[in-house]
Amino acid sequence: MLILARRIGESIMIGDQVEISVVDIKGDQVKLGISAPSQVKVYRREVYAAIQEENRAAAANVPKSLPHIEGLLEKKSPPGSPPPPSGNPRGR
Amino acid sequence: MTMKIRTKPYGEMEIEDRQRIVFPRGIFGFEDLREFALLDAAQAPFYWLQSLQRVEIAFVLIDPLFFRPDYTPDVDPAELQEIDIRGPDDMLLFTIVTIPEDSSRMTANLQGPLLINRRTRVGRQSISSNPQWGVRHTILEELALARRGA
Repeated sequence: MLILARRIGESIMIGDQVEISVVDIKGDQVKLGISAPSQVKVYRREVYAAIQEENRAAAANVPKSLPHIEGLLEKKSPPGSPPPPSGNPRGR
Repeated sequence: MTMKIRTKPYGEMEIEDRQRIVFPRGIFGFEDLREFALLDAAQAPFYWLQSLQRVEIAFVLIDPLFFRPDYTPDVDPAELQEIDIRGPDDMLLFTIVTIPEDSSRMTANLQGPLLINRRTRVGRQSISSNPQWGVRHTILEELALARRGA
């Protein structure tokens, strides 16, 4: 991994279109400014990691038979609330 | 044209060519898996996205609009361009479902929707730029809310 030291106001270029500058440093937090063409997507690493992890969880926990949504909804309805419409799963 | 495939939920079965979906970049966390089959599940409103490379990998999918009528994927237009989606008619939209032991707590990942071009059958998992959408939306709760509000 390439490691560079930068001060506030300094920046690095990635290729000739992506610029990352150090805007501010306070304690253990660094504020970065990122200019990149719109087709370059910029995300916090945690967002990627959360989606990867959720995909892995989804693939790891596939049940033998899929749940029956209308049946579960009926069970979950609090007492006194009208039962969900039957016969038409998209009914209102 | 049909082809015979092996599936995790249903064993060996025949699918139509149009059920084959290519994800050129894979799915996050499974970047090496590119070839999938889209299957109707025996249980509506679910679908299966079955890997054609690893039979043990199959995702349960749901149309997010089923339980969140207000859902919009809010992905970067460049991502739509990447799979040549030119208008809403081109797009199939799904989200991946995670089903825990207590299946009434099943969740859908609205932050990482799957977009599939219906014409070319090329898809990708995108990241929504809308901070309202997280990776774990409880389907039954939000469906109950949607019906109450309707």
